[in-house]
Formats: sequence, structure tokens, C-alpha cells
Amino acid sequence: MATLRKLWRNYVFQRLVKAVIVIFAVTTLTFFLVRLMPGNPLEVYINALLSQGVPLADAQAQAAALYHVDLNKPVMLQYVEYLSGVVRGNFGTSITAVGTPVSKLVLQFLPWTLFVVMVSLIISFSVGLLLGMVMAYKRETWFDHLLSAFASVMSSVPNYLVGMLILVYLGVRWKIVDTAAIRGSHSPDIHPGFTLTFFLDALYHATLPILTYVLTTLGHWMLVMKSSTLSTLGEDYVTVARARGLTDARITLAYVGRNAVLPLFTQLALSIGSAVGGSILIETIFTYQGIGSQLSLAMVGRDYPVMQGVFIIITASVVTANLLADMLYSRLDPRIRVQGR
Amino acid sequence: MSALRTAGSGLLRSLKIMARNKVGFLGFVLVVLIVLIAYIAPLFVPLDKTAHVEQIYEGPSASHLLGTDYQGRDNMSQILNGGKDIIYVAALAAALGVSIAVVLGSLSALLGGVVNNLAVGLAEMVLTIPHFPLLIVLAGFMRLTRPTSLALILGALSWAGLMLAIRSQVLSLKEREYVQAARCLGLPIRHLLFQEILPNMMSYVVISFVLAMTSAMYQQVGLIFLGIVPLASSNWGVMISLAWSQGAIFSSESSWYLLMPIAVVALLQFSLVSMTRSLDELFNPRLRMGE
Repeated sequence: MATLRKLWRNYVFQRLVKAVIVIFAVTTLTFFLVRLMPGNPLEVYINALLSQGVPLADAQAQAAALYHVDLNKPVMLQYVEYLSGVVRGNFGTSITAVGTPVSKLVLQFLPWTLFVVMVSLIISFSVGLLLGMVMAYKRETWFDHLLSAFASVMSSVPNYLVGMLILVYLGVRWKIVDTAAIRGSHSPDIHPGFTLTFFLDALYHATLPILTYVLTTLGHWMLVMKSSTLSTLGEDYVTVARARGLTDARITLAYVGRNAVLPLFTQLALSIGSAVGGSILIETIFTYQGIGSQLSLAMVGRDYPVMQGVFIIITASVVTANLLADMLYSRLDPRIRVQGR
Repeated sequence: MSALRTAGSGLLRSLKIMARNKVGFLGFVLVVLIVLIAYIAPLFVPLDKTAHVEQIYEGPSASHLLGTDYQGRDNMSQILNGGKDIIYVAALAAALGVSIAVVLGSLSALLGGVVNNLAVGLAEMVLTIPHFPLLIVLAGFMRLTRPTSLALILGALSWAGLMLAIRSQVLSLKEREYVQAARCLGLPIRHLLFQEILPNMMSYVVISFVLAMTSAMYQQVGLIFLGIVPLASSNWGVMISLAWSQGAIFSSESSWYLLMPIAVVALLQFSLVSMTRSLDELFNPRLRMGE
């Protein structure tokens, strides 16, 4: 018991347990949504087959195969089997793309979304930090006012609307971007692999989604970094550093920047979640073939096994990203690690 | 009559304080205007849903100030009629989310113990699950047909972050002397919450309400755009969704049908966000010290 308690005090362990609980809860939720809701997709599917003249036993067998469940067993037993399937990466098969395992769809499309989200996040986070710091140092100048106005407008307009405007203006009106060539996640004649051509091609196809993400999240980082820098500038250790006669560059980087950035890391973790969530809309708009557009296709086609599987995977990847961000944060700020003790 | 006058002058004074932040006041005025128009205009401008094939996708003209849509219907009247539901859903969702956040947040701070652990654990969990995909999955199974049910779902998922913030506010407020005094008098939790603590967080709660409206609007219009919420009625989201699927982006005449609802939604979002600055000015006396 004492060892358990000691283990629980370990920050990383605690986060790990919470992450597993979240994924478990989401899996449970989707399982029971499919089976227990009135007019649930299983019943609908079986009834549809029955009305086509398929005998009940066959219809049930087909539904069971799709959802990876045995309908003759009690719900709780089905639930346990579903869970063990999920643990082994088995999410059933797609209804619309007959016979394709959901896990295969996920493996095929998830990397693209993660690629776009990660690249956008890195760009907007680092540019936002830089501009935010400059804004704080040059506060109340025209530079600060201009960027503040830009930041508050861009962070309040929904990202999918910005995406549409980008497509209307850059693509159709001004014809800066060839909308037909940039569709999809890579050109059909270039095959995925660890080559520079492939990487550049992937980057080219991701330009517009990345631009949309960066434009709509940049403002937030700028404003937060500006206020965080402003409060850091008033700290005693900055005054002391000045009194010691350290160079401005050293004070800015080692004393102000490093401390001002800390509170932003907690927000970084949450922004991963909203970026992956937003990918559903962004990818649909740019017809980018990632996990988000798969979810919205599954939604329109009422492809419940795919919806379930994709949703669990999206949650799992967001939770993992959160976990990594948390660990990184606890490395950077030791106060977090020792808080519980 | 005199009560009316006091109320009037109080309102005037509040407006003056709010006007101190120009961008914020502009936002406030725009929000009031947009909401008023969205609710009053439908009484005067009827929505004509009959198709006019002879005037499909026309640009702006004297008879159709904002052009026509893919069935030749007037865009202007659709814009005027299309805000009511969107604003209603956003406001209801925000009200629900903020209420849950306030109740759970203050209870877990005041009661502590098991309630606190459970509420915080639940909030952290809801916060980690990506909201938009969850909404899509829920909407897929629940077949949201009425605006109210959409608002309830949006609200039921939006409380977590705010709840944690309110909890930490209450944790610090409850150590204040006047709350301690009320506690020592043995006053019930209800009194502590509604008479002592809540009035002191009102500014934060109101501003959170406005910001919750913006995120409810983001999710709502997004869901409508994806076609997950049935397109029975006509509103800005439905306009965007139809304009997108009917290829309105491809010419400059037709793109009015897409750009106008985008402009209105974006303007309302921006106005709501900047309005919070004026509200801050109004509620936060420390900001207007040298008066």
C-alpha cells in the first residue's frame, strides 16, 4: 500500500493512469452509444438486411462481423470482447468501404493529420512567441498596436471560415494557388517514402491547411506571450540581472524569455486537442486526406465502426500528445514535479 | 417614474464606462445591433423560399442588395432571417455551460474532499477528449433535429475548462474575511455561494459567458457546415454549407452567397470577443482608478 501511494505521487505515473482512464472512458462511451441508443445502428443495419429478405441469423452474423461483436452473448460480455479487440488494435471493419479494417484506414490517414497539425503548431508557436516578445518590448508603439489588432481579429474568427476565404481568394479570385493540383495529401505520381521529393510534395499539399492553422492560432500565442513577457519583465530576478550589468541579449533570452514561455506550455497541450478536432473541418474544406476528413465522411455515410474507431484513435493521439507536453513541461518547470509532495 | 430615471442614468453611466475602451465599445454596439436585427428583421422581411430559376447566382443589384443564391432567392433576406437560431443556440449553450461550471466549480471548492476530487477528475477528463470529434460522434447517434437539443449538447460539453478556473477563484475568495465571517455565522452554503462569493466573480462569469458563446457558435456552424445537424431551417450556417456544396466559390457573382454569411459570423465572433474588453472595464473598478 505504501509503495502504491509512493508510486501515485510520481507525477509521470499519475498522468499515465489518467490518460489510460480517458481512453477507456471514450471506448466505453462509443460502445454503449452504438448498442444502447434507441434506433441504434446495429438494429438499423439488421432491419435493413431483413427487409432485403436476408434471414435473421445471417443478418445478425453480418452485423456481428462488422461491429466485431457476438450478438448472442450478453452485452457485458460483448463489451469485454470489444475492449480486448480495441487493445489489440481491432476496431471492426468499415461499412461503406466493405471489408476494409478500420485500423487500416486509421494507419493510412492519421499520419497526414498529425503531420499538418505538428508543423502548424511548431510554426505558429515559435513565430507567436517571437512576435509576442517583440510586442512586449515595443509596447505602445505602432508595431504593437498593429500586431495586437491583427492578433485579436485572427484569433476570434473561426478557422474554417478563414480556410474558406483562403480558398476563395488565393485559389479562385487571385489564382495564386492551383486548387486542382494542391488537393489531397500528396500527388498521385509520387509515392510515399523517405525521399526529399516526397517530403516537399507533402509539404506543398499541406500548405493551405498549415496556413489556415497558423493564421488562426498565431494571434493567441502572440497575445499570451506578450502578457506573459510583460509580467516577467517586472520580476525581481530581471531587475537583478540588469543590475549585474548582463547584456540585453542574455537577459532577454535566459531570464525573460525562458520564464515567460513556461505558462504557454500548458496551453500547448490543450491546443493540440483543438487542432486535431478542427482538422475535421479544415481537411474537409481543402479535401486533404487525413483522419479528420475520414471522420466526416464516415459521419455522412453513417459508417459507425469507422466513426467509433477514428474517434478512439483521435482521442488516444490527443491524450498521448498531452502526456508528452506534460512531461516536457515537468522537465522544464521542476515546480510541477514536486507539487504533490 | 423616478425609479425608471435612476435606472436610466445608471445605464447611461455604465455605457460611459464601457465606452472608455473604444474597440470594446464598438464590439458591444455591433453585438447589440446584430442581435436586434436578427430578432426584429424577420418580422418585417419575410423569408421567400420559392426558387426563381431565371435569376440564379446573380451579383448585387438594386432589387437584391447582396445578390441571389443557387435557386435565385434573395441573399439579403436570408441573412436577415438567418441569425435568430444561431444566436439562440449559442446563448443557450453558453448559459448552460457557464451554469454547470459555476455550480460544480464553487461546490468542489467549498465542499472539498470527495466532491472536489470527483469534479476535478471529471473536468480534466472532459477537457482532454477532443470536443469537436466528440460532438460529431454524439450528434451522429442522437439525431439532433431541434436547435434546443443542439444547444443542450454543446452546453453539456463546454463547462470543463471554466469549471477549473472558477474553482480556483472560489478557493481564493473563500479565504477572504467576509466569507469567513459568513461561515462563522453558520450561514448555509447557498448563502455563501449566492450572496458572498458569486457577486464577486460576476465579471469573470459574464465575460466567460460571452466567450463561451463564441465557441458554441464555432462548433454549431461547424456542425451545420458538415451537414451533421439537419438543414431544415435557414440560417447563416446552412447558407455557408449550401454555398459550399453548391459551388458558390467559383465565380465572383455567386461567391456573395458564401461570403456574406461568413462575414456576418466572423463579425459577430469578433464583436463578442472585443466586447469582453468593455465588460472588463465595467466590472473591474481597479481599471478605472483615477476617476
